[in-house]
Amino acid sequence: MILPLFVAIPLASAFLISLLGKFFRRMGDVFSSFSCLVLFLLSLNTQYSILNTKISIYKVGGWIPPLGICLVLDGLSSFMLVTVNLISLLVIIYSLSYMEKYTDKWKFYTLFMLMLSGMNGVIITGDLFNLFVFLEIASISSYALVAFGVEKEELEASFKYAIMGSVASSFILLGIALLYSYTSTLNMADISLVLASKQNRFLLNFILVLFLMGFGLKSALVPFHAWLPDAHPSAPASISAMLSGVLIKVLGIYALIRLIFNIIDISNILISLLIFLGALSMLVGVILALSQWDFKRLLAYHSISQIGYVILGIGLGTPLGILGGLFHLFNHSVFKSLLFLNSGAVVYELGTRNLQEMGGLRNKMPITANTNLIASMSIAGIPPFNGFFSKLIIILACIQAKHFGYAFCAIVASILTLASFMKVQKYAFFGKLNEKWQKIKEVPLAMCLSMLTLAFICILGGLLITPQFRGFLQSAVDVLLNGKNYANLVFQAVK
Amino acid sequence: MTEYFLCFVLFIIGLYAVLRKRNIIKIIIGLGIMEYAVNLFFILIGYHRYGRAPILAKEQVISNMVDPLPQALVLTAIVIGLAVTALLVAIAIRLYEKYATFDITKIRELKG
Repeated sequence: MILPLFVAIPLASAFLISLLGKFFRRMGDVFSSFSCLVLFLLSLNTQYSILNTKISIYKVGGWIPPLGICLVLDGLSSFMLVTVNLISLLVIIYSLSYMEKYTDKWKFYTLFMLMLSGMNGVIITGDLFNLFVFLEIASISSYALVAFGVEKEELEASFKYAIMGSVASSFILLGIALLYSYTSTLNMADISLVLASKQNRFLLNFILVLFLMGFGLKSALVPFHAWLPDAHPSAPASISAMLSGVLIKVLGIYALIRLIFNIIDISNILISLLIFLGALSMLVGVILALSQWDFKRLLAYHSISQIGYVILGIGLGTPLGILGGLFHLFNHSVFKSLLFLNSGAVVYELGTRNLQEMGGLRNKMPITANTNLIASMSIAGIPPFNGFFSKLIIILACIQAKHFGYAFCAIVASILTLASFMKVQKYAFFGKLNEKWQKIKEVPLAMCLSMLTLAFICILGGLLITPQFRGFLQSAVDVLLNGKNYANLVFQAVK
Repeated sequence: MTEYFLCFVLFIIGLYAVLRKRNIIKIIIGLGIMEYAVNLFFILIGYHRYGRAPILAKEQVISNMVDPLPQALVLTAIVIGLAVTALLVAIAIRLYEKYATFDITKIRELKG
């Protein structure tokens, strides 16, 4: 059974690196990239295994659920595992060169692997309290990673992020406590079964609001977004890529949709509130991004906006909407990590994040400039890149569900995104080369390699909706459409 | 019912401290209060009056035990809370070194 390995491998390598990394300089590099590679291959293997058995269970310690903790692998978990481990592999390759400018690289690898094990744990767990524990592992290591540079900005951002994150965790824990007192069980499938026979709408709504606040804070939906534009740009670029690319999606969106689709019945008012918040994030994020001159801060605001698209799509609840939302989730993690890695490459060579000081980098750094062009066109939704297809599906789903206002919002946000990235292209990569930057050159090979791979996925990502490759998304969509049937499937698999 | 209500009041006090206080250390203490309110709530869920410690021994009749599961969960939650607090205090010390103040309104490098 391979499921526990997703937590065990990164945890073990974090342990070994923290123990020995100080004495063997290259050990962190070798160990972390090797375990990320293994994890990526294992996650691809889960895609294969869900073709045969739709759902598979690992009982931790041999205890039978609902008494013991179980790990659940289904279409949605497998989809998320592939996304997370793909991005983390490429980010680790990038970090091999990029993190050289920091001292104590092994501490970075330790925290990175801890964060990865937390995220993988959140994805595969089938127990609500276990989800909380993994969520905290991932969050705490991400607070430390934001503060990795220990300069003024990093510390301030990390403090804000840690406070907001801990408040969110308290809300989530309170929600879990209330849910436990109501259902007397912590197993997610069992909770869903118990809730089916109970009718206390008021308490359930209260719990859902607590979860909405908690996971909304973790995923930076608009009224809860204030920490993100500080925290994500301040971290080292490879960590920004991880945070914006996968962390907010796993801790926020994945946990939330698992709860509201598969476990707790959500009322119509709350779901329309969720869609409204998604549309609001979409517009507010992109409008705030327009006036930014800090490269990474601009990207961070776009993360808020794109998360809005994902929430809007999935919140619609129609098959097309969920497909679009999940597809956009995958695409966004690809192109947003690529954009952050590009910004890291620019910072690596120039040492500044201010767009006004750049210009004409296209001739000096062709790979960075071209991959950035591809990523910008993807995020702005220009055909034939992957972002176009997912945005198109979300807009079509809005029209199909007769939400014309939201469809209009999505189109407007997309146009504003395009405007904002044209600004990046114009000031950073086209135009006249600043006299100061005559001596710069292209970034090292490892960084180029991972940027090129991500750009390649951006170009080919659109193929995921063709019938041949549809299974990757469709199996995840089916899990969400199946709704409360999740509990029956889990208990059938246990037997 | 009163004890649950007081538990929520404690939670709200912690939240107030986090949102309104300007001193970093007070914010961290507020966070601690919130965590403890949630932990207390967990313990209250499992408690009943005159409940016995849930230890299964020979010739013990299993009756009127408190629920042991929340106690186990709270232990985990306390350890997590400890880690968060330790990290936050470490960041606060570094912040004091850089800015020479604990006032959150004076720590404003990032804006826009």
